[in-house]
Amino acid sequence: MPASRLWVVDVYGRVFSLSTAGQQWEQCRDAQMEFKRVTAAQQCCWGIACDNNVYLNVHASDLPIRYQEETYENQRWNPIGGFSDHLLPSDRWQWSDITGLKHQPLDSFELPSSSWEWEGDWYVDENFEGEPTEKEGWTYAIDFPAFYTKNKKMTSCVRRRRWLRYRRYKDMDTWAKIPSPQMETPDPFSDISCGGWEISEEPRGRLSLWAVSLLGKVWFRVGIYHHNPEGSMWEEVSVPGEVLQISCGPGDLVWAVLWEGQLIVRQGITRDCSKGTSWVEVESPSPDVGATHVAVGINTVWALTKDNKVWFRRGVDSHNPCGLGWISMVGEMITINVGLNDQVFAIGCEDRAVYFRQGVTTSELSGKTWKAISVPRDGDRSHSSASTNSLQSAGCFFSGEVRAQSVVSDVELDTEKVSTDGASCLVTSTSPESVVDAPTDNPDQPIETPKPRIPKVTSDSFISELISDREPAKTLREGGSAGPAVPEEEETLPSEGEVKALCADVAICPSQSGGPLDPQWSNVDLEEAQGQLAQTGAALDAADTSSLSSVATYTLAMEDPYGTDEHPLWAWVSGGGCSVDSHSHLNWFNSVNTSSLVGSVQSMSLSVTSAQTAAWRQQIFEQLTERTKREMDNFKHYEQAIEQSVWVKKGTMQWWRDWKPYKWIDVHFALEQFSGPEGNKDGILFIYYNFYEEKKYLHAFVNELTILVPVLNESKHTFAIYTPERTKQRFPIRLAAATELEMHDWLALLSVSCCHSRGIQGPPSKQAIWSITCKGDIFVSEPSPALEAMPYPTPCDQMFWRQVGGHLRMVECNTVGIVWGIGYDHTAWVYTGGYGGGFFQGLASSTDNIYTQTDVKSVYIYENQRWNPLEGFTNRGLPTDRYMWSDASGLHECTKTNMKPPSTQWTWVSDWAIDYSVSGGTDKEGWQYAADFPVSYHGRKGKTDFVRRKRWSRKCKLTTTGPWQEIPPIALSDVTILPCTAQSNVDEVPLWAISNKGDVLCRLGVTALTPAGSSWLHVGTDQPFKSISIGAASQVWAIARDGSAFYRGSVSPQSPAGDCWYHIPSPSKQKLRQVSVGRTSVLTVDENGNLWYRQGVTPSYPQGSSWEHISNNVRKVSVGPLDQVWIIADKVQGSHSLSCGTVCHRLGVQPVEPKGILWDYGIGGGWDHITVRGNSMEPPRVRLPSLTDASAPAPRSPIPFRNMEVNSSAGDS
Amino acid sequence: MILETFMADDKDVLRDVWFGRIPTSFTLNQDEVTEREAEPYYLLLPRVSYLTLVTDKVKKHFLKVMRAEDVEEMWFEYEGTPLKWHYPIGVLFDLHASNTVLPWSITVHFKNFPDSDLLHCPSSSVVEAHFMSSIKEADALKHKSQVVNDMQKKDHKQLWMGLQNDKFDQFWAMNRKLMEYPTEEGGFRYIPFRIYQTMSDRPFIQRLFRPVSPEGNVHTLGDLMKEMDPAALPNDGEPKRYQVVIHGIEPLLETPLQWLSEHLSHPDNFLHICVIPTPTD
Repeated sequence: MPASRLWVVDVYGRVFSLSTAGQQWEQCRDAQMEFKRVTAAQQCCWGIACDNNVYLNVHASDLPIRYQEETYENQRWNPIGGFSDHLLPSDRWQWSDITGLKHQPLDSFELPSSSWEWEGDWYVDENFEGEPTEKEGWTYAIDFPAFYTKNKKMTSCVRRRRWLRYRRYKDMDTWAKIPSPQMETPDPFSDISCGGWEISEEPRGRLSLWAVSLLGKVWFRVGIYHHNPEGSMWEEVSVPGEVLQISCGPGDLVWAVLWEGQLIVRQGITRDCSKGTSWVEVESPSPDVGATHVAVGINTVWALTKDNKVWFRRGVDSHNPCGLGWISMVGEMITINVGLNDQVFAIGCEDRAVYFRQGVTTSELSGKTWKAISVPRDGDRSHSSASTNSLQSAGCFFSGEVRAQSVVSDVELDTEKVSTDGASCLVTSTSPESVVDAPTDNPDQPIETPKPRIPKVTSDSFISELISDREPAKTLREGGSAGPAVPEEEETLPSEGEVKALCADVAICPSQSGGPLDPQWSNVDLEEAQGQLAQTGAALDAADTSSLSSVATYTLAMEDPYGTDEHPLWAWVSGGGCSVDSHSHLNWFNSVNTSSLVGSVQSMSLSVTSAQTAAWRQQIFEQLTERTKREMDNFKHYEQAIEQSVWVKKGTMQWWRDWKPYKWIDVHFALEQFSGPEGNKDGILFIYYNFYEEKKYLHAFVNELTILVPVLNESKHTFAIYTPERTKQRFPIRLAAATELEMHDWLALLSVSCCHSRGIQGPPSKQAIWSITCKGDIFVSEPSPALEAMPYPTPCDQMFWRQVGGHLRMVECNTVGIVWGIGYDHTAWVYTGGYGGGFFQGLASSTDNIYTQTDVKSVYIYENQRWNPLEGFTNRGLPTDRYMWSDASGLHECTKTNMKPPSTQWTWVSDWAIDYSVSGGTDKEGWQYAADFPVSYHGRKGKTDFVRRKRWSRKCKLTTTGPWQEIPPIALSDVTILPCTAQSNVDEVPLWAISNKGDVLCRLGVTALTPAGSSWLHVGTDQPFKSISIGAASQVWAIARDGSAFYRGSVSPQSPAGDCWYHIPSPSKQKLRQVSVGRTSVLTVDENGNLWYRQGVTPSYPQGSSWEHISNNVRKVSVGPLDQVWIIADKVQGSHSLSCGTVCHRLGVQPVEPKGILWDYGIGGGWDHITVRGNSMEPPRVRLPSLTDASAPAPRSPIPFRNMEVNSSAGDS
Repeated sequence: MILETFMADDKDVLRDVWFGRIPTSFTLNQDEVTEREAEPYYLLLPRVSYLTLVTDKVKKHFLKVMRAEDVEEMWFEYEGTPLKWHYPIGVLFDLHASNTVLPWSITVHFKNFPDSDLLHCPSSSVVEAHFMSSIKEADALKHKSQVVNDMQKKDHKQLWMGLQNDKFDQFWAMNRKLMEYPTEEGGFRYIPFRIYQTMSDRPFIQRLFRPVSPEGNVHTLGDLMKEMDPAALPNDGEPKRYQVVIHGIEPLLETPLQWLSEHLSHPDNFLHICVIPTPTD
C-alpha cells in the first residue's frame, strides 16, 4: 500500500502531515501563513488560512493536470471563393463550440486562474473518429448541423475543423488561493470539509467541498474534478439554522452542527445530485449539552458535545443516513475526524495529542480504544541523525548574493545577544494592517513561549518580495549559532553591530533551549509581527532553488523554537487522505522519547537491510562451505547411514471422472516420491477409484505433469492437473480437496515435486515466459532453446509452468529480467527476483523478496425485471425467465445476500452499489433495457422493450504474498518494456505505460538493477490510450481508446519520449484493441478478435504500409525479441472439449515469413495473458534434418496441424 | 535479478545444516569376543541425527562375526568417553573430536554397558520419544507450546519420519511452522538452546533467554555466552581460549541469536552450542 498522509494543524496554525510509512510529523513548509482548518482528500488538501481565504494544495504527481480546450472553425462553400469563412446569416458562428450555439473564437479562451499556464498554442486536430484526416483537419457535411465525413464530396457545402489547446495546472504541492469574488461569499469561511469521491467515478477525481461561513451559512463548491481541481463557483445551500461546523464523508453522508447544538443531515445526495436536496434534523446526543462537532465517514458518524464527550451514531448507512441512536464513547476530545475506511482520528481535550481509534473494522465501526499518536516533529530531531534535514535544506536557504538584500525596515539588532545565547526571537514586519487572531493561551503552554505568528500577506507578488529579502536573516542565524557551513565572512556579520540585513517578517528564533522572549527586543512590534519560524522556513523553501552549492549542512533543529521535550499541541486533524485500516502496520505509537527513537529506528532498519550482507552471515556461509569441504569432500565414497526410501503422502479427494456422465466421485489420492537413478527426485501420482465395484487407479508421472492450476470455484476447492496429453484433450485431471487449506497444501507439495523432478529451483530466469489466468494466478515457464527452433520446435503443450505468488491482471517482461505486473485494481507492481509466496510457503518460496500484495476486483450480479401492463416493470418474471437476481448469464441465481467473494482469501470491502459503467449505457437509475432476455441491452427504454436489468457491483479485496513490490501512485492499464539485451546493469531500459485514465507515460531510471525506475514522464496525447508496445529498436506503437493506432516518432536513447504521434489508419472498419512489437514485427488485435500483421515496416519507413490479416479468435498477442508470435486464442478445439483462453504459438515464423504458417496449441483454457518478451534465446541452428535422421526431434503428431492454412483461425470453432 | 551477485539464500543454510555428514570409522572393541577378525566399518553419519538411529548397518556388520550370546546392547565410545546417543551426532563430534583427523574413529561395544553414563536405547521408539519431547520442550520455550499442540499426531509423525528417513523437505514442510513467530515480537519467546562444555561436570547449560532485550535490542550469540558462560569469551588482549562451535562452525559472536535459532537449530529445535578449548597447535 503506498504511503498516504494524515494532515494536522497545530495550535499555532502550522500545518503538518504524517505519512503512514513515516515516524515523524513533517511540517508543510510551503504554507506561507497560518491555517485554521484543513480537509484532505487523497489527491489534494483544502484549507482555510488566517486570511479567511480558501487554499488548495494539489499533491504533485508525475501525471500533470491538463485541460483540453477545444473550439470549432466553421466554413461554407460558395461558388466564387470555394470554402471561406463567409457564412450565411442563419449559420452558426464562424468559431463556435461543437453545437454551434456558442461563439468562441480562439482569443476568447482565458486561463481560469493564476494557477494555470498554457502548454502550447492552438493547433488543428487531424484525427476524426479514429481516422486520420487530410492535412488541415477539415471534415465535411451537407449543412450545419449534419453528419460529417472526412472526405469532401460533391454535396459538401460546409466544413469544420477542431482546434485544440491544452492548459496545465501548475501550482502543485503549494497552497494556491482559490479566487473568491466578494459577491459569491459575502462573509468569510470558518469551516470546510471535502469528500464525496465515492458517489461517482465520473467525472474522474470528482470531489464535494462544503464550507460554512461565519454567519452560519453553508456553501457548496461546484465543479471540482481532476481536470478542474479548483472547482468553478460557490453555491449557497439553504439551511434551517445557523451552522457551526460541517462534515462530508467519502460517500453520500453529510452532517452539520447548528449553533443551537442540534445536528442536521443532508438528504437526497445521489450520483446526479451531489449537493443533495434537503436537511433532516437529528437531536443532540445529550439533551442538556449541545453538539459542537460532527465527523462522518462512509457508514459512520461521530460527534462531540460541548462537554467534550464523544458519541458514536448507531445504525448509519446510505439507506439511513440519520442512523438510529447515539452511543456514548470513552474519551474527551476537542475535535474528531473520520478518514478513509471509516477510521477515526481525534484530538484530545487535555493533552492536545492526536488519537487514532484502534480496531475500527467494517463489522465494528466504533473500534476499540483510543491510541495517542506519539511521533516527533521533523524539527524535533537531533542534528546529526535526521537525514531528512539535508534533503529539506537542499537548495532552499541561500541565494548566492548574501548581502545584496533590500532592507525593508531597519532593525536594531543586539548581535551580542544573538551570538551568545541565541535563544531569542526577533520579529519585524512591514505589514502593519491586521493581526490574525493569535491562538489563545493553552494551559499546557508556558506563557513565555514565543507565540509564533505571521503577518498578513496580501498577494503572491508580495510574498515573493519577502522571500527575496529573507536570506540575510538566515545567514545571520547561521552565523549566530555558528552553523558549520556558513562562510567565513558571514561569521563576521553580527559583529558589525547593526544588521540591516534583517528584513521584514523574519522571525529569528534560533533557540534550541526554548528560552523566553527577551524583553530587550521591544523595538519589534510583537503585537503586530507574528514570528512564525516555520513560516520563515517555508518561505525560504520556496524562495530559491537555484543555489544548491552553498547549502551543505544547514540543520532544521536550529530553527526549531521548541525544546525536544515539548510535545506538539494540535488543533485540527483530517484523515481524508490517509489510507489506513485496522490491519495497517503503523509506526506511529512507539516513540518513547525522540532521541532514542531515532537511534533505535535506524539501527533496526540497518539490521534489516544489511542482513544480507552482514559479516556474520557471510561468515556462516563461508564456514559451512569449508565444513563441507573438510568433512565430506574426501569421503564421498563412504556409505550413507540412511538409505533413501520412498515417501508417500495420501489423502482423499474428489475427482471429476473421465467418463460420461461426468461428475465428482470420491477417490483416494497418493503421491509417491522417490529418488531417481541419478539422484534426482521423482514421483508418481495415483488416483484410486471404484468403477462398478471394481477398484481401479489412474496414475501420472510427476515428471510428465506440465502445470497445476488452482480453479477454486465458489462451491469446490478444485485444481486441474495437465500433462501434454491432457492439454491436447483439453480435459485435465480435475480434483477437489475438502478445504482450501488442504488444496493449497497439495498444490504446494505437488509443485515442489514437479520442480524437483525437472531440476528447477530458485527464481525464474530472465528468459522466462510469464502468463496469467483469468483468476489472476501467475505462471512462469522456462523456455528451452528448441522452443523457437525451426523446423521442429518444442511443442508448446510440453512446456512446464510453475506458479508464482501474487495476483495480477497482466505482466510484461524483457530480456534483462525486468518484469512489471498490473493488478485488477490497476496497481503497478515490479518483480523483486524472488519466487514462491502465496500458498507456496517454506521451502517452495524464497525467504527474501516476498512481500504482501493486495488486489481489488468487483463482483457483479444482475437485477432483472419484466414489464407487465398492470404494474409496469416488476420483479415478477415469466416462469421461463431467468432468476430475477442472477449472474450475467441468467442461469445462476445470485442475490446480494448469497453472493460470496471468489474465495476465502477475498473479503468484501464495499457494499453493493449500482454499476452505471455497463457497456450499452444505463438510465439514471442504472437500468438497461431490452426486448427480451438475453439480447443486447441499451440505456434508454424503447417501445418494444419488455425487460430490463441493472448491474450491481461489490468490491472485494485479496491479500496475499508474492515476489512483487508496489510502484505507487499511478494506476496503470498497460505497460511495455524494451525487449533489449542491455549492455550492463546500469543501462537505462525504456519502459512505457498507459495509466488507467489513458495517459501515456514513460518511466525514467529503469535498469536491470533498479527495475522499478524512479519517476514518470508524461507524454501528451489528444485522447486517452489503451495499449502500448515498444520494439527492440525503440519503435513505440500505441492504440487509442477509439481504436486507432499511433506510431511514436523519433524515440531513441537520447530522446526517450520521442517527439510526436503519427496516426496510422486501422484495418478497415475495425477498432484495434492491443498492439505488440517485437524485433521488427508489429502485430495488433482488434475488437473482433482479428490478428493483424503490419506490412511494409522498414527502418526508413517504420510506420509500414498496410495491415494483413493473420487469424481470428485472438484475444491477445505477444511478440518477442526474436519476432516470435504467441497469442491467447479463443475457441480451441481439443479432442475432449473446447477451450477459451488458450496459449498458442505461431510456427514457421522466420525473417522471410514473419507471419508464420500455423498455430501450435499450449496450455488453456482460462488464460488471459502471456508475454514472451523475455525470451531471446536463439534456437540452435541445425541443418535441416532428413526424414531418416534419428537424432532430430520427432515431428509432432500431425493431428493439431490438420487443415491449417496461413489465414487459419487460431481456434477451430 | 535485483542483485546480480545473488547471495546464497538463508534456506541454503538449512540445507547445509541438514545434510552435514561426519565420515566415521567404526571399530569393534578389542575385548569383544569374535569368531574372526572384524573389519572396521565406514559410514557417513548425519550430523543432525542420533547414533542409535543410524547404526543399524554397523550392528549388522559386526554381528556377522559374533556369537549371539556375546551380544548385549550396543554402545559407542570415543577415546575412552562413552558417547551419549541422546545428543545429536554433530554435538558429540564437535564436543569430543573436533580438530582431530578424519574419519572419526568410534569404538563399538557390545558388552559392559556403562549404565552410569548412558541411557539405554532398546529401540528407535526410544529415540523418537526423546526427539519429540525435545521438540515439545523447545516449543514450550518458543511459543508456550501453542504450535506443537496445534499439530496433529500425523504432523508429529511427519517430523519424526523426516528425521528418520533423512527427508529434508518432508521435515521442513512441518518444521517451518515451529519456526514462525509474530513479526511484531521480533522473535521467539525464549530461545531453546543448550551449551555443552567439555571442561564442566554439568551436562549442559540451559536457561531462559530472550532473543530481544527489554530495550528492544537484538540479542546476539555473544550476549548469550556472556550471560551463560562468560569464561568462554576471550578477554581483551588474551589469546582465545575457547571456541564456540555450532554444527562444526564458529559463528561470529555478533550473529543474532534469533537467526541462529531459526537456521542453526538441530531438528529437535534446540540450538546446541559446544564450548571447546582452542587447539593449541
